[in-house]
Amino acid sequence: MEPQLNLVRLKTMYEKMVLIRKFEERIIELVQEQGRIPGMQILANGQEAVAVGIIESLNAEDVIVSNHRSHGHLLAKGADPKYLMAEIMGKSGGVNKGKSGTLHLAVPEVNALMTSTVVGAGPPLAAGAAFAQQYRDEPNITVVFFGDGAAAEGSVHEAMNLAALWKLPLLFVCENNCWAGAQSYSQHCSIGNIAQRGIAYDMPGEYVDGNDVEKVYDLAVSMTDYCRKGKGPALIEAKTYRMRGHGENDHQHYVDKEELVFWTKKCPIGNLKEKMLKEGLITEDELQVVETVSKAIVDEAVAFADESPFPYAEEALDDVWVK
Amino acid sequence: MAQLSFGQAVNNALDLAMSMDESIFLAGEGIGVSIHYDPNMPSHGLLEKYGPKRVKDTPVSEAAIAGLAVGASCMGLRPVVEIMFLPFITLATDMLVNHAGKLRYLSGGKSTFPLTVRVKAGVNFAAGCQHSHNLEAWLAHSPGLKVVFPSTPEDAKGLLLSAIFDPNPVIVIEEMGLYWGKGEVPEGDYRVPIGKARIAMPGKDCTLVCYGGATVTALEAAAILSKENIFLEIIDLRSLVPLDRDCLLNSVKKTGRLVVLHDATKFGGFGAEIAAIVAEDAFKFLKAPIKRVAAPDIPVPFSPTQEKFYKPSARMVVDAVKSITG
Ligand SMILES: Cc1ncc(C[n+]2csc(CCOP(=O)(O)OP(=O)(O)O)c2C)c(N)n1
Ligand SMILES: [Mg+2]
Repeated sequence: MEPQLNLVRLKTMYEKMVLIRKFEERIIELVQEQGRIPGMQILANGQEAVAVGIIESLNAEDVIVSNHRSHGHLLAKGADPKYLMAEIMGKSGGVNKGKSGTLHLAVPEVNALMTSTVVGAGPPLAAGAAFAQQYRDEPNITVVFFGDGAAAEGSVHEAMNLAALWKLPLLFVCENNCWAGAQSYSQHCSIGNIAQRGIAYDMPGEYVDGNDVEKVYDLAVSMTDYCRKGKGPALIEAKTYRMRGHGENDHQHYVDKEELVFWTKKCPIGNLKEKMLKEGLITEDELQVVETVSKAIVDEAVAFADESPFPYAEEALDDVWVK
Repeated sequence: MAQLSFGQAVNNALDLAMSMDESIFLAGEGIGVSIHYDPNMPSHGLLEKYGPKRVKDTPVSEAAIAGLAVGASCMGLRPVVEIMFLPFITLATDMLVNHAGKLRYLSGGKSTFPLTVRVKAGVNFAAGCQHSHNLEAWLAHSPGLKVVFPSTPEDAKGLLLSAIFDPNPVIVIEEMGLYWGKGEVPEGDYRVPIGKARIAMPGKDCTLVCYGGATVTALEAAAILSKENIFLEIIDLRSLVPLDRDCLLNSVKKTGRLVVLHDATKFGGFGAEIAAIVAEDAFKFLKAPIKRVAAPDIPVPFSPTQEKFYKPSARMVVDAVKSITG
């Protein structure tokens, strides 16, 4: 690829990561202002490079299936921050009319097809989506994001075997953020790298530094290319870190503070910014513009959500069935 | 007697049982180290006290957790496992419904499965329908499983101890919203028999049957109605399977009226079973039609306005009672 194009892409990925970070930082503020957001908020702070690097390798028609830690995936896929924020706040203008909240946000209009907060549910659902793509001879693929914890669910193994057997165009992306709830990776997983599971199902499996968006993107390009060619599924394990604990009510009493310091230094956004500055790929002024623009987008999203009313109680009865 | 929160009462039962019987172990997601550091959480401090051999944090694997309980109990251990939230029991149902509930029968009575599954339930956390879904009727509909659903700290302790030492599989459903609320709890090895309901409030005008968190709603409704000289007899079932038919029928024979209340959806809910039993066995004592107050037949919505709409309220109970006592 031409260097110029590369640079444009790198800046786009940087902008998207900053938007995700700012969007979630605003959620933190809203949570702290008591009552502004109902329910528990689960954030992908620190994991932005996985969502952005993977999704940057996709076409708009490609499908993603997400999990409880979805904000980054959805924003990277092009979901409108206004409707996401309104949904997270339980408003009628939300992308799912207030039925979902943060945990199961689905935005099918941008092919963020389904999201489940049931750990391990994504991979079989994604196998179904990939089957439909194969069935119709579409050139598109499906990507499913799931956690290191989810990799222990039987459903994930079943989906991998089925996808490999039927050569479905499905990219499994395991975001290994070192934790599943309060259990560290080595306390819940018997193998060193989840990428090794690829061997068991005869599909390519590779791990990557999930805090380096360029590396994530490069691996995603080669893996999605493999899936798109009809060779079958593939598995990426992105090694990253859950910076804010499981959810906003988790004070991480069980986490080694040095581990947090270590990963803070590996911030996917901070490091890319430094690198681009050092190599003269971006100027301080351009960086400032990125900050200002993403702040404005988030401000607009919150303003929209604030203005949107709560749904009428009786509307709870709608949308169970197709009428 | 000690003043304990519901969560502490569960904790106290687990602690006591483990100290009495070496064959008891705990397993579940975050049962040892939890993201919450709160003494009102049922397994708080037990890893520190009993060590990782007996308090086992598991991978996120509900089928394996439930299967572990079935297999280990068949070998003579007394597993007490946790499924984090009630909707996730769907992932464990093969092990519970097809195995825990059937293998003894299939063995012609040779094998026993003294296992306990604790599971958290509740519809008031704005967590949405994949975390909030009262599936107790599914479990009650599966032969071979006992199902209890306490509403007070005292019963939480007494029923859990009975469950753990029961030679059969018992599912104990805990109403999460009650974890922090305190009550008097007897000390020591206190057991509440499984299969005995509790008259939470005696009354003459109408029988109100409920269990779990809905008991709180029932008591609120009773307070409102008593001001209008309508006196509810509240039966807190405590145990859905086996069911205390005598308590139910005796109360209806006395009051002549029945309202059933639960937080689960109405269609095919446990209330239908209660209504059917009364219609079959106490029909001639009924002075009015039986009423059910339950959630609408929809998934639990997230938005606070709609979550509130979903959950049966004291007002709805009051209206139902008045519609048959007027
Ligand atoms: C079937 C099921 N079991 C348990 C839970 C509770 N739970 C929510 S997230 C989580 C940990 C998941 O860890 P991982 O897959 O690594 O994702 P992460 O939270 O780290 O992004 C658990 C146990 C759930 N939502 N679904
Ligand atoms: Mg994880």
